[in-house]
Amino acid sequence: MKSEKKGFVWGHKHLLGLEYLTAQEITHILDTGESFKEVSRRNIKKVPTLRGKVVVNMFVEPSTRTRMSFSLAAKRLSADIVDFSPSLSSLSKGETVKDTARNIEAMGVDIVIIRHTAPGTAHMLSRIINASVINAGDGAHEHPSQGLLDIFTIRQKKGEIKGLKVAVVGDILHSRVARSNIWGLTKLGAEVIAVGPPTLIPEHIRDLGVRVSYDLDAVIPEIDVINILRIQLERQRSKFFPTVREYARLFGINSERLKRAKEDVLIMHPGPINRGVEITPDVADGKHSVILEQVANGLAIRMAILYLVKTAISE
Amino acid sequence: MPKDKVILNQKDIKNILETLAGKIISQLSNEIRTNPMAIIGIHRLGVPLAQRLKAIIEKRVKEKILFGTLDITLYRDDLNTVGPSPIVKDTDISFDITGKNIILVDDVLYTGRTIRSALNELADFGRPKRIQLTVLIDRGERELPIQADYVGRLCKIKQDEIIDVKLKESDGVDEVVIRKKRNRI
Repeated sequence: MKSEKKGFVWGHKHLLGLEYLTAQEITHILDTGESFKEVSRRNIKKVPTLRGKVVVNMFVEPSTRTRMSFSLAAKRLSADIVDFSPSLSSLSKGETVKDTARNIEAMGVDIVIIRHTAPGTAHMLSRIINASVINAGDGAHEHPSQGLLDIFTIRQKKGEIKGLKVAVVGDILHSRVARSNIWGLTKLGAEVIAVGPPTLIPEHIRDLGVRVSYDLDAVIPEIDVINILRIQLERQRSKFFPTVREYARLFGINSERLKRAKEDVLIMHPGPINRGVEITPDVADGKHSVILEQVANGLAIRMAILYLVKTAISE
Repeated sequence: MPKDKVILNQKDIKNILETLAGKIISQLSNEIRTNPMAIIGIHRLGVPLAQRLKAIIEKRVKEKILFGTLDITLYRDDLNTVGPSPIVKDTDISFDITGKNIILVDDVLYTGRTIRSALNELADFGRPKRIQLTVLIDRGERELPIQADYVGRLCKIKQDEIIDVKLKESDGVDEVVIRKKRNRI
């Protein structure tokens, strides 16, 4: 699976999105993640690589998985990690993200992991501070570490990305996970099919080289991987579809539907799951599901990301 | 451009490994049941050398020898200064090293910093009975108080020269040459 790359040099000080990486760079992150998986199997699950470095988790939007995963990844690399929670911070007093970030940086921070509701926040920060910036989700734009861990998990199970058909099912419109998956998977040669109700699939998604289908049952037999997006119930008030029940009936992944899928189809979900809405409990916990492996792989991938952005020479 | 000087050819390397294996066996074989021997190669070229040593020793003592590989990248003391991020290779030690006689294998012993990193990394895996170091070539110029237990060949070289080890497994040929450093432009 791993490819030796002669003369390849990793040069990204920031990780802003998969849109800005080449296929070779994505593969390099995956390969590095492969090596980091081994650290998690050790008796002492810690290496001194980022000793004395400071990482700040700046999450201006709620998160459990991603924040914990980055924290643990930083700790396993021996970095010091500071958590920043917006409700207790000066952001709630009206300080801008820029000023907050600059102040945090003045304390001698090496890496800023930022999640924000506004697309482009990570980019903006990367231009104004010297520390490395990692995008942990910016609005509906990108969530590169999630995209990478999804692709990492698929590669682990399928051996190769090229030639696979990957369905991304659900709320494509609001999903940064979908966008990062689409960029990464298409660069590595997979075919991505966006599946969901027309109201949740923006027309311009076709420009990214994505096939669109509004009929899950029509495409399910040919698919190798189903990446199920969370139906963001908090947005349901805006009525993108009539009822949750109807959504579940048309696009929910259940065992009945899976009977028509390939024998070795992979079921993925970035979490948090709405059991009974986009996925039934028996499928979420069933033999095709790699949902918990995604979480475990996320740790290795985030260690790789922290290592790479910190040891890069220049952008 | 002066010619490269071949200091070891295929036959020399084979003989050296046979001799090193003999020394290791005479030191450790009587402990093989109480404190099993384990050979661990340091990436990159320590790995194929360790594999060869393992094969020779297994043939002679007629026992299976534990084997592992170690990548010291994550333990380097110069990660902030080496330039492009070094590629992290696989560390694969699938046995408990506690109580074992560890033979650490590398191609060239120079500053001693790689070995320092390797020792720190091994300490995170357990507490071996002892760790001994085997190298194909000791080129001197240590920066840390570290010495090898089994040395294939001592080799002093000039400031403007480098030692280039090539092994069949990665370079298609077994040979060690001394070359002039290429002038920096």
